Amino acid sequence: MSKIIIPTPLRKFTNQTATIQTNGTTVQAAIEELATKFPDLKQHLFDQSGTIRSFIRIFVGDDDIQSLEKEATKVSQHTIISIVPAIAGG
Amino acid sequence: MANFIIEFNRDLFNTISQHLEDNFPNEGCGFFLGKEGTPRVVTEVLPVVNSKEGDQRRRFEIAAIDYIKAEQYALTNGLNLLGIYHSHPNHPAIPSEHDRKQALPYFSYLILSIQNGKFAKATSWRLQETTQQFEEEIIHINKLKLT
Repeated sequence: MSKIIIPTPLRKFTNQTATIQTNGTTVQAAIEELATKFPDLKQHLFDQSGTIRSFIRIFVGDDDIQSLEKEATKVSQHTIISIVPAIAGG
Repeated sequence: MANFIIEFNRDLFNTISQHLEDNFPNEGCGFFLGKEGTPRVVTEVLPVVNSKEGDQRRRFEIAAIDYIKAEQYALTNGLNLLGIYHSHPNHPAIPSEHDRKQALPYFSYLILSIQNGKFAKATSWRLQETTQQFEEEIIHINKLKLT
């Protein structure tokens, strides 16, 4: 069980819900559960091969999952998962 | 034309322009939060560090951890993360192609032109999901239209 914070620009796909509780025990399972619950989110989270899109980063607490066990990173009841879009410009 | 409006009070807008003047000749950036509606009303500003590696005179980037903190701050305080501001040092307040490609629908993108270290002009934009083009948003300062 973990809590996912939905980034503001994607909340229109979650009926404006900002946080979602999931039962998955890994990041991959939690994100897939989220996408199953809100199917319109899928195209914004995953590419055609089912991999999390390159311009989105996933954090568990303050840590990028790329520095942990990537999508296989384990989550527990108190874990907060953040979906982070790239914010940049020029 | 949707006639989007975003409203700041003078103090908040000055906080943004001062932050961006202080960053000159580099680009500065930050978030603003407040209440969604027509107009959007900004009630708080969160300046952050430009984390772009390389030429910060032409590019900005916001670290993921700063984005997470801004979203959590908004949740904790019952606010909406409304948008992102950044500066164009010695360039007009017009979004670049790079700005457009990096933009996300929903957010307001406030751009301030800083000329020789001083605020010159501000514009704000929202990306239209269907066209992937920016639409200009009207800026109100203390309920008066910024020209």
